[in-house]
Amino acid sequence: MTESIVSPDVLLFVALPYVAVALFVAGTLERLVKHPESMTSRSSQFLENRQHFWAMVPFHYGILVVLAGHLVALAMPGAILGWNASAMRLYALEGTGLAFGFLAVLGLTAAIVRRASVATVRVTTTPLDWIVLGALLAQIASGVAVAIAYSWGSSWFAAARLRPDVAAIAALPLAVKAHVVGAFLLVGIFPFSRLVHVVNVPTPYLWRRPQVVRWYRRRPVSLEK
Amino acid sequence: MDVRAQLSMVFHLDKCLGCHTCSVACKNVWTDRRGAEYMWWNNVETKPGTGFPTQWEDQDAYRGGWERTGDSLQLRSTGRARVVANIFHHPHLPTIDDYYEPWTYEYERLFTAPQQDDQPTARPISLITGKPMVPEAGPNWDDDLGGSPVYAEHDPNLAALTEIERRELFAIERLVFFYLPRTCNHCLNPACVAACPSGAIYKRGEDGIVLIDQSRCRGWRSCVAACPYKKSFYNWASGKSEKCILCFPRIESGQAPACFHACPGRVRYLGVLLYDADRIRPAASANAGSLVDAQRSMLLDPFDPAVIAEAARCGIAPSTLDAARRSPVDRFVRQWKLALPLHPEFRTVPMLFYVPPLSPSVAHDGEARVSVKYLTSLFGGGDEAPVRYALRKEAAVRASRRAATVGDVDRATVDRLLSDAECSDAEADAIYRMTTLATAGDRFVVPPTFREQAVEMLHEGGR
Repeated sequence: MTESIVSPDVLLFVALPYVAVALFVAGTLERLVKHPESMTSRSSQFLENRQHFWAMVPFHYGILVVLAGHLVALAMPGAILGWNASAMRLYALEGTGLAFGFLAVLGLTAAIVRRASVATVRVTTTPLDWIVLGALLAQIASGVAVAIAYSWGSSWFAAARLRPDVAAIAALPLAVKAHVVGAFLLVGIFPFSRLVHVVNVPTPYLWRRPQVVRWYRRRPVSLEK
Repeated sequence: MDVRAQLSMVFHLDKCLGCHTCSVACKNVWTDRRGAEYMWWNNVETKPGTGFPTQWEDQDAYRGGWERTGDSLQLRSTGRARVVANIFHHPHLPTIDDYYEPWTYEYERLFTAPQQDDQPTARPISLITGKPMVPEAGPNWDDDLGGSPVYAEHDPNLAALTEIERRELFAIERLVFFYLPRTCNHCLNPACVAACPSGAIYKRGEDGIVLIDQSRCRGWRSCVAACPYKKSFYNWASGKSEKCILCFPRIESGQAPACFHACPGRVRYLGVLLYDADRIRPAASANAGSLVDAQRSMLLDPFDPAVIAEAARCGIAPSTLDAARRSPVDRFVRQWKLALPLHPEFRTVPMLFYVPPLSPSVAHDGEARVSVKYLTSLFGGGDEAPVRYALRKEAAVRASRRAATVGDVDRATVDRLLSDAECSDAEADAIYRMTTLATAGDRFVVPPTFREQAVEMLHEGGR
């Protein structure tokens, strides 16, 4: 075989993943260090409250469970393959994933409708926000489509390794390919978009003292009890 | 004893004429930016009235402040477990409609409109969307509408009054209202600080100013919900929250904050209060009827040698101690007991105090036309005694000045009123002077910040 090295498959499934992950790591670190003040979700709940609930709560819980499932499969592929050995358990896993996938689709659709229809929320939406929302919708929709059409998806996903194998990808259905490409596009956009708000997990709040006092001059040691 | 200094405030409501100069000064300096147009770090409300944001005092709706359950104090709006549970949608967040949609007018149209039969108009334009809008609420929308059935009658404080008392308050030709200027209270037990999931809000150890670190704020908006005074605001454009900074750049250069400096009625006093930080918790969790007393009891006498020694041990600068001894706030709050905290039942231990309005008084008998029950709902935390005490003293001082200048009150009456108010002649004279004759130097006693360290204060600096 004398196939060119830069076939579309190589670009999409070898180059893109490396570029995306590099952008993700470098971009997020750079923003965290240089512009920590910009790591906010720029919430629009203040401008519109009711639809916000029905969009954000289902979307976030849906996407969190689905993403967690993907991460578990990445981290422990053997466990997932073992679990999926029985058809019943495969269906249970796929069914759960599908349910939360639907939750995410519904929530995200509601969020897009809200952003487009509420005038005050629309003005706080940047072009990049629209791109991210569109990409997210396409991503979750293709994921749901895969889950419906190819219910062995979780087994396939778990079989993937950090060793890119273009030949293995080439055999996959188009919907799966689109889902893989979409995922890496989102990973690449992450540090430049509102998605960075994901890194804000309020863990210190769970153990810090309720009141915060900053001293600019040192207080005498005798006060320490 | 853990002696600390707090830059504190007194607003004298008998002198406030409701001109909003303070609000405008603040707006021009700090909140004329995109996303901040609707904010009024300083605002002036007509009382009885619904205020800004609408009915902010109704904590059953807004869930601001602390509540005491048994021995423990809990935030009403949030808590450790609830931060996680409500992470994607804050259940108690006010929205822009609770404030108002900011707008401007198409002034340019007045100049650029083509020649036409009708006068050109300047339509109202939303400052959020840029589209034409019909303003339905605004800052001070109920300004001076003290008897309004639409606004004043929905004042949450009226719940403390009987039906008859309410009718008296709103009776035609007896109708009465007064003004309530409000800013951040720079509390000793701030709910905003305790609610912040990012730990971005802090109290400055040296002067007690409460600030939001903009580089740490992640826009959770928990402070907006937690502050019972609704003095933390969400900037919808920057995605972060902001609040009154007590003009700390001015404070650090020895000047009074803009709202204090601008006040034509000379309503505002600024100065240091010394307090015992070990007693914050007891003061915040005191019984419902004794909140004002509990807060007063944690204040320390800057003239007491024992306090002075202890303050030195705690690292209070001699110049700060000197400022505390000259502090008008120490006089109004601790010495004269004339100034009271606003809604102490929110349990944040606010450090902005109000001299309750005596006027318009009916007679010299110390009974104010504004129902004492109403004032108690604002300033007493359920205890009428400190409100009555302050009103008695104000009336006695007024009578003694009336006797001195007009002469239609006899000396015996003045002496009776003064002794009822536990007020000596010297104290009455001092109150009169501080109320009416005080210069800017008497009203604003700003402790030196040590400029050599002010550079550090601008950085994220110490902990």
